[in-house]
Amino acid sequence: MEQVRYINLFTSFFKIGTFTIGGGYAMIPLMEEIIVDKRHWLEKEEFVDVMSISQAMPGVFAVNMATNIGYKLKGVRGAVVAVAGNILAPVLIILLLAVFFRTFRENQVAEAVFKGLRPAVVALIAAPVFNMAKTARISWKNVWIPVLSALLIWLLGVSPVVVILAAGVSGFVYGKLAVGKEGGGQ
Amino acid sequence: MIFVRLFLIFCKIGIFTFGGGYSMVALIQNEMVEKYHWLTAEEFTDLLAISQMTPGPVGINTATYTGYTVMLNNGYSPLMGVAGSLVASFAVILLPFLAMLLMCRYLAKHRDNPVVETIFRVLRLVVVGLIAAAALSLASPLNFGFWEQSQKQVIVSAVIFVGVFVASYKFRKSPIMLLLLSGAVGFVAYYVL
Repeated sequence: MEQVRYINLFTSFFKIGTFTIGGGYAMIPLMEEIIVDKRHWLEKEEFVDVMSISQAMPGVFAVNMATNIGYKLKGVRGAVVAVAGNILAPVLIILLLAVFFRTFRENQVAEAVFKGLRPAVVALIAAPVFNMAKTARISWKNVWIPVLSALLIWLLGVSPVVVILAAGVSGFVYGKLAVGKEGGGQ
Repeated sequence: MIFVRLFLIFCKIGIFTFGGGYSMVALIQNEMVEKYHWLTAEEFTDLLAISQMTPGPVGINTATYTGYTVMLNNGYSPLMGVAGSLVASFAVILLPFLAMLLMCRYLAKHRDNPVVETIFRVLRLVVVGLIAAAALSLASPLNFGFWEQSQKQVIVSAVIFVGVFVASYKFRKSPIMLLLLSGAVGFVAYYVL
């Protein structure tokens, strides 16, 4: 394993943050290449473990990965350095664009382009719903859970936070009952 | 004080985000568009389009951009907008960051606990519904056009929606490419023609 220095940790995550477009999962190949193959900071298996914990925890996946890897390598400071490196460029780029587009929004060309973009953005939110349905292992037995959640939030205006809390509590209760049955419940 | 409110709301959004950036996007949409009316549905999809086309995690990009736009929509200067966007990005990271550290330190041994497993299994199911709800609320005339005003816009929007959905879901085409194409279609349909 290569000696870990803060500056390398920072530049590695800076690169990962700057050169991946399209969100957390798009970062994984580059992250693996740099952390596992190039720097040898983690073994492949460790990297996969980090991924599964980062997916389970709250927050943005890519930032969770940075936190977890930074902490493994250099403790709390390492985590701060990795996260800072990871989000620095994206935040600055977005800020520049935000200031820039505010003045150009009234422009007729920009308006035409955005009219085309809006339905595409909605489609890009709808597509992961169906992709995630697979990873969440939705079946005819439990499909009512996502459907009910969607209807509560969309039609009745229930806060997603309330729905998530309710899901956490019922998962806890259901899990306790299943364990109580000595592994009989699955 | 708007900074404190922005900070607290984005802290909440951060810690309730499970299952990746799109659930964060759904929460931001719910808080900013539905609850506080600090952004219109159009503004939200516009900034989401830009957040998806620029480097970095979509959730962080959306939070940064939302922080800026909310400040300006509330009548503050661009400089305060920059401050607002930094507050939003910091807040949205803060609690998950601390939770992650705790997880690394003390909770690693609970990972295979069946109760914890079940909690996450139910959460994953609910998150699918959460993102579906965001897609449903955004699929409104504000983003697709009003039939009475412009039938052309509704039809073009429907074609773009179906095309992008199929290309993304069936053929796994990159979102950036799809957004660039849709922008080009918009340019031709609404400006050139």
